[in-house]
Amino acid sequence: MFRQASRLLAQTLRAGVRPFSSDLPAAPTSDSAFIESWKKVIPNIEPPKTPSNFLRPRPATPTSIPSKITVNFVLPYASELSAKEVDMVIIPATTGQMGVLPGHVPTISELKPGILSVHEGNDVTKYFLSSGFAFIHANSVADIIAVEAVRIDHIDPSLVQKGLAEFTQKLSSATTELEKAEAQIGVEVHSALNSALSG
Amino acid sequence: MAMAALRREGRRLAPLISPQSITAVRSSVISQEQAPLGLRSISTQIVRNRMKSVKNIQKITKAMKMVAASKLRAIQVRAENSRGLWQPFTALLGDSPSVDVKKNVIVTISSDKGLCGGINSTSVKTSKALKKLTAGPDKETKYVVLGEKAKAQLIRDSKKDFELSITELQKNPLNYTQVSVLADDILKNVEYDALRIVFNKFQSVVSFLPTVATVLSPEAVEKEAESGGKLGELDSYEIEGGETKSEVLQNLGEFQFSCVLFNAVLENACSEQGARMSAMDSSSRNAGDMLDRLTLTYNRTRQASITTELIEIISGASALEG
Repeated sequence: MFRQASRLLAQTLRAGVRPFSSDLPAAPTSDSAFIESWKKVIPNIEPPKTPSNFLRPRPATPTSIPSKITVNFVLPYASELSAKEVDMVIIPATTGQMGVLPGHVPTISELKPGILSVHEGNDVTKYFLSSGFAFIHANSVADIIAVEAVRIDHIDPSLVQKGLAEFTQKLSSATTELEKAEAQIGVEVHSALNSALSG
Repeated sequence: MAMAALRREGRRLAPLISPQSITAVRSSVISQEQAPLGLRSISTQIVRNRMKSVKNIQKITKAMKMVAASKLRAIQVRAENSRGLWQPFTALLGDSPSVDVKKNVIVTISSDKGLCGGINSTSVKTSKALKKLTAGPDKETKYVVLGEKAKAQLIRDSKKDFELSITELQKNPLNYTQVSVLADDILKNVEYDALRIVFNKFQSVVSFLPTVATVLSPEAVEKEAESGGKLGELDSYEIEGGETKSEVLQNLGEFQFSCVLFNAVLENACSEQGARMSAMDSSSRNAGDMLDRLTLTYNRTRQASITTELIEIISGASALEG
């Protein structure tokens, strides 16, 4: 049993070594003002780390427009795409579908449920997103953060139809404001899914 | 035969004597109890009882370590996957832990169960230090506590500064929906200019770093944007969607808080399992050492009692002869 224990410990240590080496960037930056003020008031305890210590370094703003746009597409439970170089992304902003090419003006955009398509050469990958946010930075890096995303080919159309019918029925029979709002959200998401599958 | 009779006598009397002698034993293990009825055999029962209980403790702590190791493996994967979630927000809005605002709210994340080493104490120490750092005239700092352990420690001297306290977070496996509901709750009920989330970031199985993540309210973001720095560039960004810029910024702030909180809760849970693993590991190792020492003492006690019996018998026999 002791041997088992040491083997498991070694396994988890090996697994644990990976995040240690990849999480700290090559040149960690820290907020010096914070550390200074901390040391003045609380000299005995080490100052805590801040997210800037663990931030992965970002490319600087180039002088000319780069040829490709770097996409980071993250979800709470996974990083779908991280630092992938693509030609174009089309994001479902609340104001409509927005195409993002390299050299796009810096933008913060709220997303509505819809399709995100990633174009790389001739490949197009489509994801259906529930809402989220998209940031496009001056250095042609696009961050897309969604709460939930599914690839279009993983969605079952018959279930979508069933869900749409169910929520439309709930909307018509809703009594309280809360029920109406919930049913409305269900109808919106399912009709967006429907149009995503057909379009 | 005489030895057997004496040994039987010893055993019958030992349970009667042991309650008094246990108080005398303490750290010295040789039990030379008061000997009524002229009995001089030393009882090994006490040492044997201690050995049994130490062995049980060793088994229990080893089992707890295995459980913590398996839980760690499961949650480590999820914590690593969620690390990409807060990066875009910090890249956009920067990180301003030294921001100077009137209303600070410190969200301390801790565990519900104990036996996990010192991580909860470090979180509480960091929170108290942050409170001291952000204190000042005209400013107020409040606590929102997640987890039983930090609540117990903080409630002793800061009871009036508690805004909200939430326990039993890990009853169901952690997921984003639960955390976003929690974040919504906090944002609705607490007035804040800056939220500071204190948690232990999981670096490796043996190292956990106390970390503070700062989330600013939309008004504070506006104020900081005017003063320049990373947030100053915020004005260069076009805002798409929503009615007004402030509405989008408010949604952004709320989304940022729920994402950062989700990552923080996962990292803290990871650190908790890792700390529990190492605490239980050192505990079972200590129990093993203790067991070794007790075994040596037991053998010495046993041999001493046999020798004493032999001496008595032989001297008795030689007295009869001579």
